[in-house]
Amino acid sequence: MTTWPILSVTTFLPLVGALLVYLVRGEDEAAKRNSRWIALWTTLITFAVSLLLVARFDPSIADFQFVEKANWLAAGITYHMGVDGISLPFVILTTALMPLCIIASWKAIQNRVREYMMAFLILETLMIGTFSALDLVLFYLFFEGGLIPMFLIIGVWGGPRRVYASFKFFLYTFLGSVLMLLAIMALYWNGNTTDIPTLMHTAVPRSLQTWAWLAFFASFAVKMPMWPVHTWLPDAHVEAPTAGSVILAAILLKMGGYGFLRFSLPMFPLASHDFAPLIFTLSTIAIIYTSLVAMMQEDMKKLIAYSSVAHMGFVTMGIFAGTMQGVAGGVFQMISHGIVSGALFLCVGIVYDRMHTREIAAYGGLVNRMPLYALTFMVFTMANVGLPGTSGFVGEFMTLLGTFKVSLPTAFFATTGVILSACYALWLYRKVVFGALVKPSLTTIKDLTFRECLTLFPLIALTILFGVYPKPVLDMSAASVQQLVNNYNTAVTAVKAAALLQ
Amino acid sequence: MSFETAGYQLAPVVPELVLAVGSMALLMLGAYRGQGTTKAVTTLAILLLIVTGILVLLVPAGKQVTFGGSFIVDDFARFLKILALIGSAVTLILSTEFLSDPSRRIFEYSILVLLSTLGMMVLISAGDLISLYLGLELMSLALYVVAASNRDNAKSNEAGLKYFVLGALSSGMLLYGASLIYGFTGTVSFTGIAASATTASVGLVFGLVFLLAGLCFKVSAVPFHMWTPDVYEGAPTPVTAFFASAPKVAAMAVFTRATLTAFPGIVSQWQQILVFVAIASMALGSFAAIGQTNIKRLMAYSSIGHMGFALVGLASGTVEGAQGVLMYLVIYIAMTLGSFAVILAMKRNGQAVEQISDFAGLSRTNPLLAFFFAMLLFSLAGVPPLAGFFAKWYVFVAAIKANLFTLAVIGVLTSVVGAYYYLAIVKTMYFDEPAGQIDPVRIEVRAVLAVAGLFTILFALFAGPVVSVASAAAKSLF
Repeated sequence: MTTWPILSVTTFLPLVGALLVYLVRGEDEAAKRNSRWIALWTTLITFAVSLLLVARFDPSIADFQFVEKANWLAAGITYHMGVDGISLPFVILTTALMPLCIIASWKAIQNRVREYMMAFLILETLMIGTFSALDLVLFYLFFEGGLIPMFLIIGVWGGPRRVYASFKFFLYTFLGSVLMLLAIMALYWNGNTTDIPTLMHTAVPRSLQTWAWLAFFASFAVKMPMWPVHTWLPDAHVEAPTAGSVILAAILLKMGGYGFLRFSLPMFPLASHDFAPLIFTLSTIAIIYTSLVAMMQEDMKKLIAYSSVAHMGFVTMGIFAGTMQGVAGGVFQMISHGIVSGALFLCVGIVYDRMHTREIAAYGGLVNRMPLYALTFMVFTMANVGLPGTSGFVGEFMTLLGTFKVSLPTAFFATTGVILSACYALWLYRKVVFGALVKPSLTTIKDLTFRECLTLFPLIALTILFGVYPKPVLDMSAASVQQLVNNYNTAVTAVKAAALLQ
Repeated sequence: MSFETAGYQLAPVVPELVLAVGSMALLMLGAYRGQGTTKAVTTLAILLLIVTGILVLLVPAGKQVTFGGSFIVDDFARFLKILALIGSAVTLILSTEFLSDPSRRIFEYSILVLLSTLGMMVLISAGDLISLYLGLELMSLALYVVAASNRDNAKSNEAGLKYFVLGALSSGMLLYGASLIYGFTGTVSFTGIAASATTASVGLVFGLVFLLAGLCFKVSAVPFHMWTPDVYEGAPTPVTAFFASAPKVAAMAVFTRATLTAFPGIVSQWQQILVFVAIASMALGSFAAIGQTNIKRLMAYSSIGHMGFALVGLASGTVEGAQGVLMYLVIYIAMTLGSFAVILAMKRNGQAVEQISDFAGLSRTNPLLAFFFAMLLFSLAGVPPLAGFFAKWYVFVAAIKANLFTLAVIGVLTSVVGAYYYLAIVKTMYFDEPAGQIDPVRIEVRAVLAVAGLFTILFALFAGPVVSVASAAAKSLF
């Protein structure tokens, strides 16, 4: 057993780093350099500590591990942290991507570097906390607290329409979340505790389940985002700085899916079952509609943003299928999408840093000057399409498989999304990378620098590794997913049996 | 003395006596030694408030009732008295600059704040309608004068006059309601009223409505809020900070005590009034603030909204509700005083600037000030992990437990609307280009801001003890 609170250390280490960055004084080059290095080392150390979590994690146990509990607010609200097979992958995803984000911002951010690094480090604490909180109030604290640094990241370091995008991002998410807050209060009232493991084993009355499910849905659907409440995402992505987009796509969106897995399915199984058709419908619409929308985009980031919505459609569909393959596929798809979409935004950021435009029409023929970039971009495009051999395939395949058993029409229509994603992704790739290099502005464009390779190559390795050998992620989550699915099915069949008896 | 034996002990009122005698002594000091003593009087007044606070804590524990039941000292009263004293003391600290101007060396200012605080303490401890009225009037009369303390400024005079006229009207309504209640129950003491007001007779409800109207005026709840924006804008900024803090605590305290201890038999009658008032206040506070360009006017609407949120807790009429109100007041006071410290700090070339556009780019010219203000604003919007979230948590939990779902849903939705205008200020400070340097911030303003800001940011760390104290205080009412 460990004697030190390893999970809390992972969570709050970035906060300590943020305080160190705060102590850096001055506006000159030295101060900027110091801020960057402190931030990088903090995120690297945090990543190293989080790897300890992996090393000591026992994947055969379905319950929460590394549990820490302390008194906090009176009456059933405690400081309770812990991870299980579902949350640990997200914690690792967060800690692994943060150093890459810091490196990606090395040159791109020259303005108010100190504040930028502090915002990112604080955001990291809040994201890790979201995935490891085992108390609803604590969860809400981390979940909502993330809005503040992200609001500032988009608003201060964003593009020309940053004010609009940051307000839309904040208010949309806030609106969804306050409804969830009411549901949390109702659960607190019902069970007199906000302890998540306890609530998972507390039977919630059916009527409350319905309302609470809807309230949680309001929050997670916005965060995910699901059609039709996805419209904040393209704006936020386009205006956010590159690293902000990476975090947004790779981790913040996953909070929605994580929420469905952690709360909706285990705590409100009956409501989840009742509302599954709604989720299927919205997911299918999301997959087809946003894929079509993505085809019409002229901005590279916007295209990837819409493709994110489509991919998240697979996740929600898989989760609410309630089958082993569906849920495990949902988790895997989120991890895979975190890697792939993060990498795609990095790729866009690389050409943006050189040309200061994200217009697809401004590019073409990059392969002639940037072979390395073309190769990298291709790997991630293929992963985005879901080509077998990349991580994108495994997730999509498993979610479709899981859904197929539950709802044939959903699986049928969702599969068209795979084709559509090939249309827009390959189209984007062809427009940007292939063709003749005719644009005069592109004639001097340089290939990937060492720093950029440093951010992208680990992601390439992971994309292909998880594509051919997805076992590490699947094994890590298997026991917890199994327990989740079993509990869900038991609850649903119990009600069905009771209904038959009458 | 026979007085002592028949429930007329003086021990529970020692803090009030000390405060009263002390302020009169300071009045003498000022009156005989002239306006040159302003600074000394202010310092001594702050000390007097601190001494009073210590004495409040030294009053024997448990529920002390004196003057035949018209003056009650329980945990609830202790909690709120400390809060009101802190509010007044911080106001005086923030006023030092205002009073240092040669044209405004008015020692009476501090005396009036002290007397107003005395009124608040009586109000918080009021156990019957008479002491309620006495406390309310002592508090308000001093406030009217303080509002007009910037004698050469037309707006300040207008604020004082407006506050006085409308305040007198509300006092009249309150008195009318009190007399009706007395007429229909035959007693003025809260416990006596509770004993006889078990069914809602028309006359009693009539009286109750007028009483509540008078109290709503004091907490500036809709539809009795009209004076607030004008008075907040017109009064000197330290005075506005005062209006927004301590008197609100006292008025909310008596509101809570009167409704919960005098009318527990007819909860449904006053509950529907409070639900309406809370919804109207939250909605108006959120929507009307959007169009404001003056930061003090905006804070006025913000405080209307926040009183609406506090009333959500009261409307539930339960122990949790009272606890929610107490938590809300603690956090509200910290956020408000911190925000006004920022507003006081905003000076360019010696002139106070009050437009929201004047905050542009503050994060670059004065990063720490901007950071604290941003955190206070996020907290006012109710974003976790800041203190404002916990304030909202406790009142809405109480509302949910009392099955007031509509109220809770409307409440959280208005808080999203409210978030918009708080964000707009953050946007001005962080996203816009700087509008020029501001003058160096005075040390006492910085100190108040730092304490309030850190309280707001770190509240989650020490929320536990505050919650248990508030819980004990709320239980003492029942």
